[in-house]
Amino acid sequence: MEARRKGQIQIKVILVFVAQKLLRLGLLLMAVAVFTFVLLSFSPIDPVQAYIGADMMQISADQQAIIAERWGLDQPLWSRFLDWLGQLLQGNMGTSLVFNQPVSVVIANRFQASLQMLAIAWFLSGFLGLTLGIVSGALAGSWVDRLVRLYAYTLASAPTFWVALLLLIAFAVSWKIAPICCAAPPGVLSQNVTFWQHLHHLLLPAITLSIIGIANIALHTRQKLIEVMQSDYVLFALAQGESLWNIVRYHGFRNILLPAITLQFASLSELFGGSVLVEQVFAYPGLGQATVQAALRSDIPLLVGIVFFSALFVYTGNTLADLAYPVIDPRIRLRGQAHS
Amino acid sequence: MTLTANKPSISGQRKRQQDNKRQQTLVAIVLGTVFLLAIILSPLVLGESGLNTVLTQRNQPPSWAHLFGTDWLGRDMLMRSLHGLSLSLRVGLLAASVSALIGTGLGLAAGTFGGWVDAVIIWIVDVFFSLPHLVLLILIAFAVGGGTQGVIIAVALTHWTSLARVIRAEVLQVNSADYVQLAHRLGKSSLWIARHHMVPHVVPQLIVGLILLFPHAILHEAALSFIGIGLSPHLPAIGIILAESMRHLSTGYWWLGVMPGVLLLLCVKAFDWLGENLRSLLDPKTSQG
Repeated sequence: MEARRKGQIQIKVILVFVAQKLLRLGLLLMAVAVFTFVLLSFSPIDPVQAYIGADMMQISADQQAIIAERWGLDQPLWSRFLDWLGQLLQGNMGTSLVFNQPVSVVIANRFQASLQMLAIAWFLSGFLGLTLGIVSGALAGSWVDRLVRLYAYTLASAPTFWVALLLLIAFAVSWKIAPICCAAPPGVLSQNVTFWQHLHHLLLPAITLSIIGIANIALHTRQKLIEVMQSDYVLFALAQGESLWNIVRYHGFRNILLPAITLQFASLSELFGGSVLVEQVFAYPGLGQATVQAALRSDIPLLVGIVFFSALFVYTGNTLADLAYPVIDPRIRLRGQAHS
Repeated sequence: MTLTANKPSISGQRKRQQDNKRQQTLVAIVLGTVFLLAIILSPLVLGESGLNTVLTQRNQPPSWAHLFGTDWLGRDMLMRSLHGLSLSLRVGLLAASVSALIGTGLGLAAGTFGGWVDAVIIWIVDVFFSLPHLVLLILIAFAVGGGTQGVIIAVALTHWTSLARVIRAEVLQVNSADYVQLAHRLGKSSLWIARHHMVPHVVPQLIVGLILLFPHAILHEAALSFIGIGLSPHLPAIGIILAESMRHLSTGYWWLGVMPGVLLLLCVKAFDWLGENLRSLLDPKTSQG
């Protein structure tokens, strides 16, 4: 009886949580929609010209007017917005001009290529950043700490694309152990690419992204651990003769894990931005490269689609961080039940 | 006896240490400023020398004659990097300053008016944070038509959020302080309170915030130019120089990409250094010790 009631309460808590999150996501996407629409409709770019491109000279003014009318460009702003929003709600994001495919298909394909790279970079930077942060925080003031800090501060002010460029010069040009571009060897059909060839092309961009991502999390973890090490309970544990590593393990780790996870999920936003630059340098055909293509070749539907997708991506990251709290910290779990 | 003898010497030593720390901070600020000013003003002093095409000296690796080597047209890379950085820094400075103005204005408004003004501004900040910064930059730069103007507008419109938050928090904190409440009770006007209690707190935050904005603005300007959405290829900004070097990578001319990047890194670090030292000088908690 008691267990069943508890289960019901738990389901209710989860449902409320999901409803809240979905509502917030809806509001956010709505805001992004209004923002993007207003921005693009006030921009000096002529949509007809962007669509036709170089053939503009061969099109008469009458024909341009017909295209504009066909697209509803003569309608007032708010009615265009409602039209556009209605299509968007039905899942129609338009057709990409560059790829000549529906925007949703382009984003799905491209994101699949980027996802593995992002995942490797995310796990690697999280793991290494946490480790380096703990080591330098526990040994604060030592030469290891200085080295980690020098690394983190230098990487924090280094341009992402330049770091990618350096790694490309070192690994692909000088030592020739990494491929110089793309996601597959030249002349190999995409269905014939072996797993190792795939990984080979994936690894250097992923490592570049993680090298940059390490800096932030390492510095924060270090700061947090130093705060913990100066607390009374650590002083007490030291007085009892506890060793440094046991203190880090039992007192430090538990206190720094939660902020580190928040930070790591929040870094998805920067990771996405970094992937745009890194994919550009490595000519890796992922979503980041598609973003640049869309902007350079005036592919407005694709650009808007990617803006929406990136908002969704960042939001998912933050929600996952929220979900991770009760799993990791029993205190939050208990408090959540007490509220209901 | 020993007590009286020791006391002055300890405080004297302490005084000397303070002076040293303060002097070190001041020296750091001066050095950073001189370095950055030198880079910004270098094209004025050096002129166009070294930028001409010298076909006999193509693709030379770094040497004493050409510290950064030469490019595929025989132009000196150090000169090109200095010109490019100067341009990038000026664009970045302009954009960051506009951004700081927006941030201060909105932060002050949110903190002072409260209510729905505060709610709307915080909401705008949240929406800005919900998109990856680079995607937002690309979107805005594209929407306003690209080019130099596009970069400046994009960078200016997207870097104000954290400064607005800081200023808002500062205003809220000062507003709830006892002496401000007391001033209200004493019948001082809002303008008087703003002038005598807010400004002294907000101005140091603004200065430090502005200087720490510069590196972000410059890096983002370089990134936008690098992917080709920023400054036009005819204006050799640092991002353009690095993008050009991409085409010559496979030939092994590593210095085309490495050296300008090192200089850019040094500039960004110099701004960070300047900001941190200025902060410790202006912050009452650290300025005396």
